[in-house]
Amino acid sequence: MEKVVQKIGLKHGSGGRAMRQLIEEVFLELASPVDGIGLAALDDGAALRIGDQWLVVTTDSHVVHPIFFPGGDIGRISVSGTVNDLAMMGATEPMGLTCAVILEDGFRRADLERIRDSMKAAALEAGAPFVTGDTKVVGRGEVDGIFINTTGVALTRRVVTDAGLRPGDLLIVTGHIGDHGMAIMSKRHDLGLQGDLRSDVAPINGLIRAALAAGGEDVVAMKDPTRGGVAGSLHEMAAKGKVGVLIDEQAVPVRDQVRAASDMLGIDPLLVANEGKAVIGVRAASAGKVLAALRAHPLGRDAAIFARALAERPGSVILDTGLGKRLLAEPEGELLPRIC
Amino acid sequence: MAKDLTQELKFRDPAKARALAEAMQRNLDAIGREVSVMHVCGSHEQAIARFGLRAVLPKQLKLIMGPGCPVCVTDGPEVDEAVALAGQGVHLCTYGDMLRLPGTSRSLADAQADGGKVHVVYSIDQAVELARQHPAEEVVFFASGFETTAVATAAAALAQPPKNFSILSVHKYVPAAMDLVAESKQTKIEGFIAAGHAAIITGWGIFEPFAKKTNTPVVVAGFEPLDVLAAIVKLTDLIRERKAEVFNAYPRCVTKEGSQPAQKVLWRVFEARTGKWRGIADVPRGNLDLRPEFAALDARQRFRIDTAPVRDEAASGLERDCICGTIMMGLASPHDCTIFGKACVPESPVGACMVSSEGTCRIWHTYGGAPDLRGVGLPAT
Repeated sequence: MEKVVQKIGLKHGSGGRAMRQLIEEVFLELASPVDGIGLAALDDGAALRIGDQWLVVTTDSHVVHPIFFPGGDIGRISVSGTVNDLAMMGATEPMGLTCAVILEDGFRRADLERIRDSMKAAALEAGAPFVTGDTKVVGRGEVDGIFINTTGVALTRRVVTDAGLRPGDLLIVTGHIGDHGMAIMSKRHDLGLQGDLRSDVAPINGLIRAALAAGGEDVVAMKDPTRGGVAGSLHEMAAKGKVGVLIDEQAVPVRDQVRAASDMLGIDPLLVANEGKAVIGVRAASAGKVLAALRAHPLGRDAAIFARALAERPGSVILDTGLGKRLLAEPEGELLPRIC
Repeated sequence: MAKDLTQELKFRDPAKARALAEAMQRNLDAIGREVSVMHVCGSHEQAIARFGLRAVLPKQLKLIMGPGCPVCVTDGPEVDEAVALAGQGVHLCTYGDMLRLPGTSRSLADAQADGGKVHVVYSIDQAVELARQHPAEEVVFFASGFETTAVATAAAALAQPPKNFSILSVHKYVPAAMDLVAESKQTKIEGFIAAGHAAIITGWGIFEPFAKKTNTPVVVAGFEPLDVLAAIVKLTDLIRERKAEVFNAYPRCVTKEGSQPAQKVLWRVFEARTGKWRGIADVPRGNLDLRPEFAALDARQRFRIDTAPVRDEAASGLERDCICGTIMMGLASPHDCTIFGKACVPESPVGACMVSSEGTCRIWHTYGGAPDLRGVGLPAT
């Protein structure tokens, strides 16, 4: 009944249902069996067995517009996005990053150096060395200023997937949600709100290391809620873990200015992208410990337990608004293209 | 902003919501059978769906959205008129929701893609301003909405708009929709929740003859979640007591008389006439048309609108599957529709109810439909 799409639309890059469908229909054919977690798992990255350890590999292309925005720039995102994807698999000590840049003819060298400095600073925060790179320049209009791809590799003894939730597990979000997407949106649409709105873009491998140290084996699932927001992450975790997820909306940390912007634009903060947050699934017995460890870290001070996994309604995400309950629909179309 | 937020939170208190839900349950237990009530407003459905209020209603209570979306009930041939006018070279201004509303074969978005001068405006004043800026060109405002927006249209009509400005009215009148549902033999609606914003203008007194004639209670409600819950409690009180009365549960905004100046403006410019509502029927007094003395402002009088080139009465396969009309009459829900959320989604809507942000299908699609979530996440008892 559903039409087979013949042309790619912006929604196919939005991190929602349309993107997942496109990947499943087109790219899954590239998947082949691996010893570990490969393409078929559609996780944040791959994990390949090397002796008694796992080599985690992830790659990410960054096309954010504008390239400089309140709280960060394309350089900081390109490091954070990849470092965080490694961390979401349990690999919090990046061994190396690559940097492949596609530049548009006429791009300002001063801007490029500013972006380079920002990458350097973020890599230092993450303890992630750049180990190789590639540079291409294309004609005017063939790319918009600069696109950056980074790949990261890291070793870990234990892989955390996004499929590990069981009924009874609690879900923690590591801080205020929606900051990045709202900062970009307000800058792009000139809403006049950006004074207070700053992206949260940051490498959070140190924060995740603290959570894993506190919770150990009881940290069972992780996901960084970038495109598609927390709602998108929870949908994936619920579907892959075959559990229902019940969100306590009043426990979700949202800054006042983000809430105000959301109300104005009619956009639920749960659907808005983050670049320095994680959603962490923890066995209930260890949730207190993990929460305390997160809150002791500067990037996790506002962490909160905001949802739990249920045996009922596997694959669904349910929102308890405090006044009633409803299903939280899976994000679908493009909320905002080029958010990261 | 801080004050607004406090004000807002006052109407979003979970403890109060629980108390209201319990009161409802007591009423339904006393009534002792299934009861269906209807609201007739997209903004009510948004509050109900957004806050998941159906999950706290008693099992025996069915809360149904009726024909409460003015965009949705705008008929295909009416859209054809606007599409045809855009094809005749005028500037055609309208509200954003109307852009993708299908005519019998084409929408204004299609007309725009074909080079038609279609403009989305936030108020009629922007359309009037456009006319002032282009005195040599014709500007038509495609005026949709219930009596709330019709008042704004009427006020603009009385404010001596420029000569090159005219109005294509598809305004609809809410009380007519309630008559229609109450008189339908198929529906068994035992009480109505009336839209607070429309009642600000009409006053709640307008529902008294309706309540008496149809022997059905009416409660006027605001739009915060607690407003809606409190209105349902009151409505179930009245049903339990078998009182076909009107109760104003939105006294902070609505009076019995309403706004006399607004009513005066409305009825000086418009008259209520019978008209076809999309997917439903001819609705007596359902359409607000410009009075004859405003012929110079009436696009239907001013232009020879030839809809033949844009009309196609033979519905496509998908349109045949669409059950918007039945949904708007309260006889079915979007979950009964075979194309809801599949072939019919907001990006490519088939039916009018998926186009407008006030349509039942669009709202359910946005907020996850209306599955029974009453027991979810509660400890097993």
